[in-house]
Amino acid sequence: MNEARGTALPGDHSEDIIAALRQARAERRPVYISAGGSKRHWLGRHCEHALLDISAHRGIVDYQPRELVLTARAATPLTEIEAALGEAQQVLPFEPPLLGGRATLGGTLACNLSGPARPWRGSVRDAILGVQLINGKCEHLSFGGRVMKNVAGYDVARLQAGALGSLGVLTQISLKVLPRAEKTLTLRYDMAAAAAIETMNRRAGAPKPLSGACWYDGALYLRLSGAATAVDSTAMQWGGEPLEESATPWHGLREMTLPYFDGAAPLWRFSIKPSAPLATAAERTLIDWCGAQRWLRGAQAPAEMHRVAAAAGGHVIVFRGGDRHSEVRTPLGPVQQALQQRLKRAFDPDGILNPGLLYSWL
Amino acid sequence: MSNLSISAAAASHGLYYAPDPSSQIACSIGGNVAENSGGVHCLKYGLTVHNILSLTVLTVTGEQLILGSEGLDSPGYDLLALLTGSEGLLGIVIEVTVRLLPAPEEARVVMAGFDSVEAAGDAVGAIIAAGIIPAGLEMMDRLAIRAAEDFCHAGYPRDAAAILLCEVDGTREEVMQHTAAVVQCFQDRGASSLTISQDEAQRALLWQGRKAAFPAVGRLAPDYYCMDGTIPRGQVAFVLSEIYRLAEAYNLPVANVFHAGDGNLHPLILFDASDPQQIRRAEAFGGDILDLSVRVGGCITGEHGVGVEKLRKMPSQFSTAELLQFEEIKHAFDPALNLNPGKGIPILKRCQEYRALPARHHHE
Repeated sequence: MNEARGTALPGDHSEDIIAALRQARAERRPVYISAGGSKRHWLGRHCEHALLDISAHRGIVDYQPRELVLTARAATPLTEIEAALGEAQQVLPFEPPLLGGRATLGGTLACNLSGPARPWRGSVRDAILGVQLINGKCEHLSFGGRVMKNVAGYDVARLQAGALGSLGVLTQISLKVLPRAEKTLTLRYDMAAAAAIETMNRRAGAPKPLSGACWYDGALYLRLSGAATAVDSTAMQWGGEPLEESATPWHGLREMTLPYFDGAAPLWRFSIKPSAPLATAAERTLIDWCGAQRWLRGAQAPAEMHRVAAAAGGHVIVFRGGDRHSEVRTPLGPVQQALQQRLKRAFDPDGILNPGLLYSWL
Repeated sequence: MSNLSISAAAASHGLYYAPDPSSQIACSIGGNVAENSGGVHCLKYGLTVHNILSLTVLTVTGEQLILGSEGLDSPGYDLLALLTGSEGLLGIVIEVTVRLLPAPEEARVVMAGFDSVEAAGDAVGAIIAAGIIPAGLEMMDRLAIRAAEDFCHAGYPRDAAAILLCEVDGTREEVMQHTAAVVQCFQDRGASSLTISQDEAQRALLWQGRKAAFPAVGRLAPDYYCMDGTIPRGQVAFVLSEIYRLAEAYNLPVANVFHAGDGNLHPLILFDASDPQQIRRAEAFGGDILDLSVRVGGCITGEHGVGVEKLRKMPSQFSTAELLQFEEIKHAFDPALNLNPGKGIPILKRCQEYRALPARHHHE
């Protein structure tokens, strides 16, 4: 049965959160769930719900390096988690943005944010093993667990990835972590975007320790991580200009601090087939995730962007800026829309948890 | 389409489909989605849910849905993840797009025999602590070793209390580096024997014993009852010793063959189905193993699913409110309960212990 319910431990504020949510439910008053507040003005649609502040509900509950499993409360800052992992030479495989120390584990899962290693090391959605959450009926529930394989009941834990908190207030999360790579090396190649897309996809088809592939500003960057012998031998075969760590783009990509991300122009994120040809202006495009994630700056017409995404086998969101009162995500078909609405009601019958954040109708 | 035929079709491109359940000759990719199947290689390469890109699904009302995309995520709720492992209760999967991986340059198996299951269990943790994620890390205990050896003649040490089969893969240099590290780990934990595969034929033979372990154990008794609990890796030795204690108490032999790297146990309880008393004892023994798995922080099924058999065990892992949440999810997809009725999640009106609950939860 589920251990963390019942007696309150230091850092465990779940009872306070339940009480606040009961109050909101009684008043039929929607809430906006917040911990670090690092993603308040992007990713989701504009909303003006009262804040449900869960920032006090934090702390690492359990960490067993030999199990490759860490359990922490939802508002635990990722920096605290990374520090604990670092002592055991382990890492969060999905390289989430830390956002100046404000990003929390719960927010990262709710937003399904993963960094440059995503195509090879998986996303936060892939690393998740179990969650505890408070649903819209104010019930504190536990799904999944702390073990690698668990197919009892539906995978409610993974369903929270990208749900922006609209199915439950996440309170505790268990996830799989990985050993830090023994060696990492980045190679740079001067190259146009179209050639870079072809090259990165071809490289990804070879059994080599690739862990990053991006293109911007006329250069392709490939990152190798793994056993030192494998990294060194691959670098010899692949050529390119080896870079000092400080000259690589990975940190700036992960934290979105590259100059590319500066400025007020709307930021579009395409999630598409990795080998799809370039369909946006190269000078305003940044290609990451081996071609599967592409960024575009500019005030484009949403309908045109949806068409581009669909033609490339994927979808698009207005990640930051632009008109956040309208829809910011690719529209869903009527069957799926109805299903998603029924699923929302299954968790949150009164619609009090972050309503309207993902879609106006959800 | 069978799991194995996917990798066979991709082989000419130097690619393969990573999840490889031991039943991969026979099991279908649709069934793999329904159970979120893993296999020998899932510690490093993930489960079905990590290796599929999209599903074409028919809803209970016959409407077609495409979940997932050609990219790495989808807008809205991740129904692809929710459907995976849902045992066909939410929709009918009719087409699966899988993600293929480049076949590793090289793979090697290190087999080590140990005089105790404790030493073998400790060696599992030591490999992880050394920073190595093996492609596969499997454990078999004495009864399973002997049955598999008699069946396949793979060269398993018949006197060992347990063996570990550890596969490392990657580039040639990486495999050499990691093989040496694994051998060191096993020696440090007092391995009584060590075999390193020298070529593909030997690697295949070492795996053949493991993959044929179920039928091999099946020859030892008229029937066997295969359990499937997952536990934290560090609990392997304790749980095995408890299983041996239960085997004596129930007076039924048990063989253990399992995914040690994932902590996914597959105890095989040997019995004779023509004896109703033995059936009852085998079921009670199996139930005790699942309760034990939950007690040490694990779950009642890693990859075989709940089906009908484990419905009665769901309340040992989930509270009433959690089971009701599952019912609400089911209701959102299939309100009349037409898809695989009576499987996967207990519908509480059928559960005696929940008869007293308010009627609105009962999908009347």
